Amino acid sequence: MPSEPTQPSSSEILVSVSGVSKKFCRSLKKSLWYGLQDMAGEFNPFRKAAADSNGKSPAGTLRPGEFWAVRDVSFELRRGECLGLIGHNGAGKTTLLRMLNGLISPDAGSITMHGRVGALIALGAGFNPLLTGRENVYVNASILGLSARETDERIGEIIEFAGIGEFIDAPVQSYSSGMQVRLGFAVATALQPDVLILDEILAVGDASFRHRCYQRINRIMKNCAVILVSHSMEQIAAVARSVGFMDHGKFTLHDDPLDGILAYNESNASDAPSADGGRVFAVYPPFTDVKVHLPAEPVSYQGPMEVEVEIHSEAPIDHLVFSFSAVNRAEQTVMNWNLRNHEQKVRLPAGHTRFRFRIACLQLHPGDYQWNLWIGPYAAIEPCLYAMRAGQFRVKSRFQPIGDIPYLPVPDSFDLIPIRGDGVVQTPQQTSHQ
Amino acid sequence: MKDLPVRVYSPEPAIQHPAVMARDLWNDLKAGRELAWRLFIRDLSVQFRATWLGYVWAFLPALVSSVTFIFLQSQGIVRIEGTGIPYAAFAMMGTLLWQTFVDAISSPLTSVSSARSMLTKINFPREAILVSGLYMVLFNFLVRLLLMVGVMAWWKIIPGPGIAFFPVAVLSLLLCGYAVGLILLPVGSLYGDVARGISIVTQFWMLLTPVVYPARTTGLAGWLATWNPIAPIITTARESLTNQPFSHMPAFWIITVAAFVISLAGLIAFRLVMPRIIERMGS
Repeated sequence: MPSEPTQPSSSEILVSVSGVSKKFCRSLKKSLWYGLQDMAGEFNPFRKAAADSNGKSPAGTLRPGEFWAVRDVSFELRRGECLGLIGHNGAGKTTLLRMLNGLISPDAGSITMHGRVGALIALGAGFNPLLTGRENVYVNASILGLSARETDERIGEIIEFAGIGEFIDAPVQSYSSGMQVRLGFAVATALQPDVLILDEILAVGDASFRHRCYQRINRIMKNCAVILVSHSMEQIAAVARSVGFMDHGKFTLHDDPLDGILAYNESNASDAPSADGGRVFAVYPPFTDVKVHLPAEPVSYQGPMEVEVEIHSEAPIDHLVFSFSAVNRAEQTVMNWNLRNHEQKVRLPAGHTRFRFRIACLQLHPGDYQWNLWIGPYAAIEPCLYAMRAGQFRVKSRFQPIGDIPYLPVPDSFDLIPIRGDGVVQTPQQTSHQ
Repeated sequence: MKDLPVRVYSPEPAIQHPAVMARDLWNDLKAGRELAWRLFIRDLSVQFRATWLGYVWAFLPALVSSVTFIFLQSQGIVRIEGTGIPYAAFAMMGTLLWQTFVDAISSPLTSVSSARSMLTKINFPREAILVSGLYMVLFNFLVRLLLMVGVMAWWKIIPGPGIAFFPVAVLSLLLCGYAVGLILLPVGSLYGDVARGISIVTQFWMLLTPVVYPARTTGLAGWLATWNPIAPIITTARESLTNQPFSHMPAFWIITVAAFVISLAGLIAFRLVMPRIIERMGS
């Protein structure tokens, strides 16, 4: 095979999953009993396998206490492609991976895997704490399917990549957990698999090791199909070509990773406990009533967000000040807008008044925010309206931020200008060559 | 384009295609040879490093249970006759052989439960853990054999030409234990009752078997000496060491062949049920 990177359309399908479902049982006693029944079923050559999870056969129906841990998953993956698998804890990601790896068999549907499968579901599984690192490398490599000769050839590289120095000849029980992961990763990636399954492996390890892991995965990825489970949307956005979002066993395939991440973020927000704690909405004289309307629909990144305020006041106020701020789920105030900082002067008559303010450039990370609103006379300490965490609004974004900070540049706010050399910056509209 | 191996995972019962299953079993056994050896070496060196008495544990339980009977016999509390050789030697040989049998019974279950973390996370030729367990049983038997040689030298027991048959008898003993262990494996790896039950049942079973007394020909004990499946094996193994005529040859061969067939069936069953077991083991 030529070593040049192959186009996805022309390259072979390595992983093909169709209609795969798996049921689990929450109660241990029942689970064991069902296990026994399932085992007996394996000896019956006339047992009917469910065609799909909706089938009428016994395998397609749930027994009491069971639930679908994975339901009707279908996708295909070619060489050079990477599928990101995201979802909450317990959504069925690891169960799906374990089926892909052949550890457990599906209750419905079928999985076809081509070539050598390397799975990093558990790094360092099979490490014996009493043996030295080097001895464990040999044991672990042979568990993963490397022969002694192949391991001999690669041991130097493995040790070098793990970067644990003299510890290689010390018992593994003297290793830190990070060192065990390094060694496990080094062994597992020495396999040169056709299909690589990675389950949250980069959650541990220090930054420099993580970086080397990325590089290594990227290198391997060129020549294989990768399925990556991660809770880091940064990572998913960086490497995945498509995203499977799992929610309570249900699987949705998104061809654009950012759509999948968006779906994940939205479902994340909907689980958030409604923040009744600390909610304050206090109206003081001369105000008698205040209503605040925020958009019910998610606001897009950059805005605009329009907020309407209805005020009933018994007396006029000469110079009214608004202060609006947003608090993220980590309880940090991430945005503030305050009329005090501006020349504008708001005069409020007695009676019923409606205001609308508009935030045109909302630079917020996608997610849910609580809002605070303060309304009061200029240079006064006492407000007329004091609203703390009085409600929520949601921001959706197609831009993937790094960490907790919002994605900064709005489209016009930065320029990339070539200074030396022949670099050309192209935008879709303008494709001229110098 | 290179030919890549293809694996299909589906709920279709694999038993529908016996030929495919047999081929896969053979391939996995071949692929797992090296792994089995490595796992055995690992377990061996750990067994050595983690204990203080080390290999003494390979024969200590057998020694203790034989000492019990040697004491009872020497004090005249029980009178066991017709052993052909000094009673102490007879009892020790019996218990050492019996312990090998018990080892073989519990080996599959022990192997699977100690490999739990590997089984739930890595896909590898799983037969390797069974094979490595078998190596371990064999190794521990060899350690016991040293003691047995010591016993024979002390009591000046001269083996005759029958000793040539001893390895066959021992292999049969291992096979019988293994067959029982493999049958118990599917249920035993789900329910802890089986592992606990094994230790109780084998203690009682030992007393029903001519281990510390010679095989009888009459009464219930006589019936048991023939129809207790392990009795002819133990008796034959000891006879081959002590230059006595073989008394249970036909039964020996029937049982050995049966044990072989059951072990083979057990291996196939192991393949079929392993994904189900792993599923219930959790991760």
